[in-house]
Amino acid sequence: MTAIDPTAHLTAEQIEELGRELDAIRDAVIASRGEKDAAYIRKVISAQRKLELVSRGVLLFSFFPPAWLLGTAGLSVAKIMDNMEIGHNVLHGQWDWMRDPKIHSTTWEWDHVSPSEQWKHSHNELHHTYTNVIGKDNDLGYGIMRVDEDQTWHPFHLGQPLWNFINACFFEYGIAAYDLELGKNLPKRRRKNPEFRARAKAVGRKIRKQVLKDYVIHPLLSGPSFLTTLAATFTANLVRNIWTHSVIMCGHFPEGVQVFERRSIKGETRGQWYLRQMMGSANISGSRAMHFMTGNLSHQIEHHLFPDLPSNRYAEVAVKVRALFEKYELEYVTGPLPKQVVSAWHKVFRLSLPNKKPKVKTPDCEQELVAA
Amino acid sequence: MVTTPLVPSDYLDLVSPLRAGADLRGRIEAVHPETGDAATVVIRPGRSWRGHTAGQYVRIGVDVDGVRLWRAYSITSPTNRQDGRVTITVKAIPDGRVSNHLVRRAKPGTLVQLDQPTGDFVLPLVTPTKVLYLTAGSGITPVMGMLRDIEFDDVVMVHCAPRPQDVIFRSELHDLVADKKLRLTEVHTDTDGILDIARLDELVPDWAERETWACGPAGLLDAAEGHWAEHGVQERLHTERFRPSIVVAGDGGEVTFSATGMTVDADGATPLLDIGEEAGVLMPSGCRMGICFGCVTPLKAGAVRDLRTGEITEAEPGVLIQTCVSAAAGPCDIER
Repeated sequence: MTAIDPTAHLTAEQIEELGRELDAIRDAVIASRGEKDAAYIRKVISAQRKLELVSRGVLLFSFFPPAWLLGTAGLSVAKIMDNMEIGHNVLHGQWDWMRDPKIHSTTWEWDHVSPSEQWKHSHNELHHTYTNVIGKDNDLGYGIMRVDEDQTWHPFHLGQPLWNFINACFFEYGIAAYDLELGKNLPKRRRKNPEFRARAKAVGRKIRKQVLKDYVIHPLLSGPSFLTTLAATFTANLVRNIWTHSVIMCGHFPEGVQVFERRSIKGETRGQWYLRQMMGSANISGSRAMHFMTGNLSHQIEHHLFPDLPSNRYAEVAVKVRALFEKYELEYVTGPLPKQVVSAWHKVFRLSLPNKKPKVKTPDCEQELVAA
Repeated sequence: MVTTPLVPSDYLDLVSPLRAGADLRGRIEAVHPETGDAATVVIRPGRSWRGHTAGQYVRIGVDVDGVRLWRAYSITSPTNRQDGRVTITVKAIPDGRVSNHLVRRAKPGTLVQLDQPTGDFVLPLVTPTKVLYLTAGSGITPVMGMLRDIEFDDVVMVHCAPRPQDVIFRSELHDLVADKKLRLTEVHTDTDGILDIARLDELVPDWAERETWACGPAGLLDAAEGHWAEHGVQERLHTERFRPSIVVAGDGGEVTFSATGMTVDADGATPLLDIGEEAGVLMPSGCRMGICFGCVTPLKAGAVRDLRTGEITEAEPGVLIQTCVSAAAGPCDIER
């Protein structure tokens, strides 16, 4: 889509060769999956559950401010672990090979208002297949934002920094609405579709359970700490939502990430599919703790190349993948979290204003930056 | 509600995986070598364990290289063991992932998944006066469970193993012989050759009068079944097979796993369970030999052939098939 195609220097043969080299990286990981990996995910799940239990225990005394702080922090981290390193990755089938029915994509349910089943369809199936293809991959702006110059501007987009901020705060609800394709399905005629109604009902049930647990049962259990526990749970959900939203924004929105036209994926070869994933994703650099808290989505490029490889292996895969980027002279978009978040938000602001549809986009977009 | 989307047991399992009410598990407490390639695994079962009858087996789910694999092993401990533990005795078979893991690498402290004990290779309520045990290799394990459980008036055992040192429980058997509680004939097949079933007349002249329990490789059991039938005493023979004898079925076809949305080609000789697992479908599995029905799955369309009998089963509403002993007989659709 970008007028200056950053992959133009590659021949068709090179692209297929690149595909074969990536397949080899994948095969090597699959051949070496084993006991250590299984022990890793079991340890993470057990740590998450213990942390959540202890944090909720501490919150029973949340009228005492230090307990509030400690409990809220612990619960926030536990919720982030549940959604990111565990939920997202288990639901990708990264751990299905263990044949443990308790840690399997068909049985896992997460602490999130979108039911696993629906999320797997919109995320694993649609987003991961049509990564960054305008009109096919709804993750591009979640249907409420314009994230590329070539998307048509509408006055609605003037408010997109605000929509994006609200979406960040209530991200899990945003995702649930997105999985339901609410925008498309709310018109009267569609609303009556029994399939949609069943899915909406499932979301309603899930929301009711989650809300009851977080905002009624646990505060009630806290007795005199009712209000402080309520505030703590709300805060933890807010922290988790903003954090996951930020991480996810960094995966596909920072400057330098490519988007694609519908017709560009017709008859796509394996090599071309890989190449699109490489050019359509961006990483976050940082410490091991940072990678862990992002659910290893800091290795978004590797995740998009190999969505079903166990997340704990992305770090070692990244070294090899990066070498391939260098070998084929491609840009590996990465940077520390603050930089990537700013970059993504910058784009949100910039594209909230109309732009002249560029015939040839210059790599230097200073002028538009000023306009934003 | 308190723990949604998890259930309370997800948390309780963290501290007490063997408690009453939990999914049945066990903890390996010791592994004792028996021979060069066999070992006895001592397991403390969870509180929901219902106990076994001598001669029964248990399905055990072991994580080998991170992958959960289920196998069935005979229980070798007596039913009245005071400390509540049970033992299985495992012989490592060449390329056997689970058996080699249990014999050589299993560590005390490891949790394993268990099913309740089952199987009808057991003694009748009234203990028969004259008993014959005909066993080979690890076929001795269910029989050892019986021998340790009850004292018999008159019991004879014919046991086949390649060499003396390959006889599992050899010293215990010899102790029983010394105490005159057992008459034992060891057939060492490396030197004596495979047991010719006709030799029974000479080894155990009154074999036809004895209630007989036989366990071992298919060749031995086939021969025994033929021999007992020939003499019209087949009702006195009880057999236990560790593996189904597989008939080559031919055919094969395209198998659709409709719940997973996957379609793969299958030949007519590979169990659908293996086909599914190979394709990455989460298949319920059990004994893998057609006896536990832990793998039954709805057959939505097409037909399958039972690998043991050659029997064809066609899809009908409510028809469940055992994927471990069924192969594709033409295209079929499995609800998994």
